[in-house]
Amino acid sequence: MSSPPATGVPILRLGDVLVTGLLNELDDEAALRFTSELMERIATEGARGVLIDISRLEIIDSFVARTLMELTTTARLLGARVIVAGMRPPVAITLAELGLQLTGVETALNAEQGMAALGWHQSPAPPGEVRHDRRR
Amino acid sequence: MTGAGESGGTTVLGDAERRAANGEAAARPVTYAVRSEQDLLTVRHAVRAATRRAGFSIVDQTRVVTAASELARNAYVHGGGGALTIDYPTRRDAVGLRLTVTDDGPGIDDVPTALADGYTTGNGLGHGLGGARRLMDEFDIRTEVGGGTTVTATRWAVR
Repeated sequence: MSSPPATGVPILRLGDVLVTGLLNELDDEAALRFTSELMERIATEGARGVLIDISRLEIIDSFVARTLMELTTTARLLGARVIVAGMRPPVAITLAELGLQLTGVETALNAEQGMAALGWHQSPAPPGEVRHDRRR
Repeated sequence: MTGAGESGGTTVLGDAERRAANGEAAARPVTYAVRSEQDLLTVRHAVRAATRRAGFSIVDQTRVVTAASELARNAYVHGGGGALTIDYPTRRDAVGLRLTVTDDGPGIDDVPTALADGYTTGNGLGHGLGGARRLMDEFDIRTEVGGGTTVTATRWAVR
């Protein structure tokens, strides 16, 4: 069996966290492919957390909401915690009016806070010291 | 690609059409096919552009595009495909955007149940029709078992 066509959505790994995002242009089939690709990555790489940035999404309809909920449930069954980050305020307002609460889906205001919730912390610059980029 | 065949040649727009296309005069209704996944994306983009043309706020834009997505998906999934028409009704105090979504599907047997939250026969969350109704100011369903479904939904933006 050949592998499914790639969705074109990059899934990056930072330690035991997978970082990815949803694009506005994702159609229904691409959303389903994305879900199976992500689950495959969780399983093969032993990821404990998944951050999904949705700041590019201009709308969330009931199909996308269902995709996010199922993806969260499936990831949890594989031992990974999902955080959906960066929902635009108009999208949040519309979702609430639609009656969709994304039950069971953890959210964060932005990717940075989502990563912090998954245990990634920005190391603070040492006070009074010039900060050097670590190269080589 | 289907449906694009006719547009292979150059379409010459008259002055009025060009103004309408730019939203400078009362724009004419435009109808889009809803027969594929790709059509659902096309419809979303078209409705988004229409809400901008009508001068809707970003939240109203999001409401209308989301409602259009729900209605178009209903027509595609349950109605076996159909069409979505965008037009711009006007009131003295408001500009409107009206979505008319038709399909030739089996029709809806029990409209109140279909509008109830949580009722689903497909792969959504059962919030499609009822949710779309809440996102729009006016909402009307005409359906007949075996005779297809037409949903008309309008959102007004007070000037």
